[in-house]
Amino acid sequence: MDISTKNPEEAPPPTPEPFAAAQQRTARGATRPGDRIFLGLSRGSGILLLVIMAAIAVFLTYRASLAISKDHANFLTTFEWNTNLLPPKFGIAVLAFGTVVSSIIAMVIAVPIAVAIALFTTHYAPRKLRGPVSYVIDLLAAVPSIVYGLWGALILVPHMVGLFGWLNDFFGWTGIFSWDEGAPRSMLTVGILLAIMILPIITNVSREVFRQAPQMIEEAALALGATRWEVIRMAVIPFGRSGVISASMLGLGRALGETMAVATVLSPDFIIHASLLNPGGGTFAQNIASKFSEATPDGRDALIASGLVLFVITLLVNGAARLIIARRAEYSGANA
Amino acid sequence: MKLQRMNRRALTLGALAVSGALALTACGSDDNGGTATGTSSSSANASSIKCDNAKGQLLADGSSAQKNAIDAWVKAFSQACGVQINYKGGGSGAGVTSFNQGQLAFAGSDSALKPEEVTASKQVCSGGQGIDLPMVGGPIALGYNVPGVDNLVLDAPTLAKIFDSKITKWNDAAIKKLNPSATLPDLKIQAFHRSDESGTTDNFTKYLIATTPDNWKYSGGKAWQGKGGQSAAGSAGVAAGVKQTSGAIGYFELSYVGDGVKAVSINTGAAAPVAPSTESATKDIAAAQVVGTGSDLTLKLDYKTKAEGAYPITLVTYEIVCDKGNKAATLPATKAFLTYIASEDGQKLLSTIDYAPIPDAIITKVRSTIAGLS
Amino acid sequence: MSNAVAAEKPTSTLQGATLPNWSPYAIAGGSIVLAVLIGLVGSLDSKIQWGLIAAILFVVGTYVIAARVEGSRQAKDRIATSLVWVAFLLAVVPLVSLLWTTISRGVKVLDVYFLSHSMGVVGDTEPGGGIYHAIIGSLEQVGLATLIGAPIGVLTAIYLVEYGSGALSKSVTFFVDVMTGIPSIVAGLFILSLMLMWDLGPSGFAGSCALAILMMPVVVRSTEEMLKLVPNELREASLALGIPKWRTILKVVLPTAIGGITTGIMLSVARIAGETAPVLLLVFGNPFINNDPFSGAQASLPLYIYQQFAQSAGSGAAYDRAWAASLTLIAFVMILNLVARGIARWKAPKTGR
Repeated sequence: MDISTKNPEEAPPPTPEPFAAAQQRTARGATRPGDRIFLGLSRGSGILLLVIMAAIAVFLTYRASLAISKDHANFLTTFEWNTNLLPPKFGIAVLAFGTVVSSIIAMVIAVPIAVAIALFTTHYAPRKLRGPVSYVIDLLAAVPSIVYGLWGALILVPHMVGLFGWLNDFFGWTGIFSWDEGAPRSMLTVGILLAIMILPIITNVSREVFRQAPQMIEEAALALGATRWEVIRMAVIPFGRSGVISASMLGLGRALGETMAVATVLSPDFIIHASLLNPGGGTFAQNIASKFSEATPDGRDALIASGLVLFVITLLVNGAARLIIARRAEYSGANA
Repeated sequence: MKLQRMNRRALTLGALAVSGALALTACGSDDNGGTATGTSSSSANASSIKCDNAKGQLLADGSSAQKNAIDAWVKAFSQACGVQINYKGGGSGAGVTSFNQGQLAFAGSDSALKPEEVTASKQVCSGGQGIDLPMVGGPIALGYNVPGVDNLVLDAPTLAKIFDSKITKWNDAAIKKLNPSATLPDLKIQAFHRSDESGTTDNFTKYLIATTPDNWKYSGGKAWQGKGGQSAAGSAGVAAGVKQTSGAIGYFELSYVGDGVKAVSINTGAAAPVAPSTESATKDIAAAQVVGTGSDLTLKLDYKTKAEGAYPITLVTYEIVCDKGNKAATLPATKAFLTYIASEDGQKLLSTIDYAPIPDAIITKVRSTIAGLS
Repeated sequence: MSNAVAAEKPTSTLQGATLPNWSPYAIAGGSIVLAVLIGLVGSLDSKIQWGLIAAILFVVGTYVIAARVEGSRQAKDRIATSLVWVAFLLAVVPLVSLLWTTISRGVKVLDVYFLSHSMGVVGDTEPGGGIYHAIIGSLEQVGLATLIGAPIGVLTAIYLVEYGSGALSKSVTFFVDVMTGIPSIVAGLFILSLMLMWDLGPSGFAGSCALAILMMPVVVRSTEEMLKLVPNELREASLALGIPKWRTILKVVLPTAIGGITTGIMLSVARIAGETAPVLLLVFGNPFINNDPFSGAQASLPLYIYQQFAQSAGSGAAYDRAWAASLTLIAFVMILNLVARGIARWKAPKTGR
């Protein structure tokens, strides 16, 4: 749990707000009752927010420590989740593996496509198409995750059979893409579904970044006879790189914590499979959702401990993303 | 009070939402009995149900094995008494856990309470403890989805090997030997098991352990232990998985068989293989013995039966209530509901929906126990 | 006409040979035809494979043809263009499929009866029943969550922008970021253990609390952005007239930013309306109508969809209900989104009076 204490250092420095600072004196000097009440109310809700966060963190850590002290196996390396055994044995190895693998698959698929769509809306699409395309992408973002889950389980899974057979035929020898013809409720399907779900957020942030790329440089490059691709490669992508990275991190944060879409599609077990195509594995969030109702109080603590690990991981990822955004804001500010 | 402008809009929105919801509450209806095309002969039963000032709503959770039976009972009971019974088939493990946290009026479970669970229940039942009342019997069918194969016959060792990923093809020699006349395809076997903790898993693996310990070397329990295969949550999830996957086999209650899913007949060593049915399961359950102490009526089933026409893989699912110290608010309704489902009418309903009634000798004990609940 | 123009171009010495304008369409058409042929001949039954083959053929075909006619630099440009188009189409396919399935299968049972009746005593696999109870549950839970979350979020944002510059505001800013990343299931866990501690049964209000936790950081973030957009001159002018700061905020700053703030709140409402995981743990689910969010089990739309899916046993009737409920939920979220966008456009921050 020493990881969590490191996090404050990861915090992006809040951007200075000139007017807030300038008005600080007047705020301090305020003696009118109206001002005091209003300040009290707004500060109170800020503090309330902190209290809630602190309560969640303290409570999760406390519960997790209870669970880990009762664990008769190594919490980090054990390949099973039997909290109802006497003594209980559980570990997060499979969950951590599954969470990371499904998110990596999602990123590998989503990031290039998202960047391409962002470029499409800023540089390629006919002007008339740009608005509708952005709208379509926002539409993807608005679909609730349970609907993705339903669609994934009933439509995507049956449609993956052909693709899986194909991957097995051509790449089965690698071991990663070997397939025993089970229903395709596997990590790869989960990864593809997650990719569709995180596509909008990466696209939207990247689009904003690309839109800000300095027009002058692009025009200069075009005037020198560069093709559109060369302009993008030399002027737009270098400018937007850090923005794309932070956008991807935000998407990764979402993929790591996704629950229902994984729970409906995946056929879970507690084994690390070399093949991405064979059903099995699990993720933190999916495991909590499917095991929670039947868990005894101790088992519940164990799930909370796994939730804490997920919490810390998403925290690190989101923190890193914010840090990159904050850095970028500084240097682009100098440019503009 | 000081937040006029800013919050006016938010408040308007909130008020709109709330008043909209309130306005909506006037026009909805719970009454859809007319459209339901259930199998229950509810109108005939309604007259014999004694409501005994039962009212309000009951929360219950547990075994998904008895979900279909409870659905049918609830339909008849709530039409007669107006009591709403909210039974969520979240699995036996979930039912027992929530019951021991005091969230439920009763729980459904396919496995009797373990000693430590009984101890935990004493905190919820002031002055008493949780007891197991056998209420629904039924065969655990092994449903399969193999194109072109009807009347599949398997025995315990073969089943154990299939579910432990030792037999992986449908045209395996061991299966061929049991089905000499069938044309078995060269298809991989997709064995489905439960991903949640389940009494059905517990009973199925108990059968394997009792009959073929050499091929099933696991300790048993509600959590699945076998190697390989695919998993799904709830009997409904396993049934849906089998239905959608060619070459699949899975275990669930008989009521989930049908619609493309066929049931395996078991070669028990009797003269002819036994198919799962209400009658064949009743025959096996008739041999069950009460092993619970006091008001607890835990049964011990005979998995090794070789009797003609007795289906060996059965389960008896229990309702779990407090013998003393049930919550006063829910006690009348709980008692009335349990009295109904243990009654002759309630038990008669079972055989029409693929479950097996509890033998007379045992159900009379159940009835007297229910009468003494407090 | 344009073909003729394109054909004339190569005569100029300043410009190399170029493909005619219609060539991308021709190559796209050709690769689709070829992919269908390959699919039919190779008897590939998955349409996904057909699409992938067509996409690969399109990209490769574009490159080969462009490289022969126009040279490698132009070919690279063409390949980038074709890749971008392929990526766009790849993203559209799942969306179209999702919307098409939801609408075509959802309308089967979606009617007035479905919207005005609960599941009542209808069994899992039987046809019939409706989502009225789930709609009530969702509206009440989301409404309560908004009543809790929105004021706290907006006030916190006011504190951060208008008052804060000390250690407190820094830590609030940091923890708001942290809170944005809370997986929804963890928020559910937190409320559930509070419930168990105080021995409370499941209720809609418990769900609201978890949803409010998820909503607050989103509201804070969007409100903060909107307040920062309000020009400082407005504040200074108001303060210079001797108006107290709280009145300045209420009468000048907030009205200027109200459009953006409302949009932010509505978008966050749209987000929590689709949350399943915390609701799954907290409200229990209920096939009957329960109008009281403060006591007793309630249903909610996302939870209803999940239950219809999970307990269906593959029954078509249950899947139809799940799709119809999905359609209702998507429609609700879309309407909220559209209205929010409308308000944002209509009430875009004014820069002066």
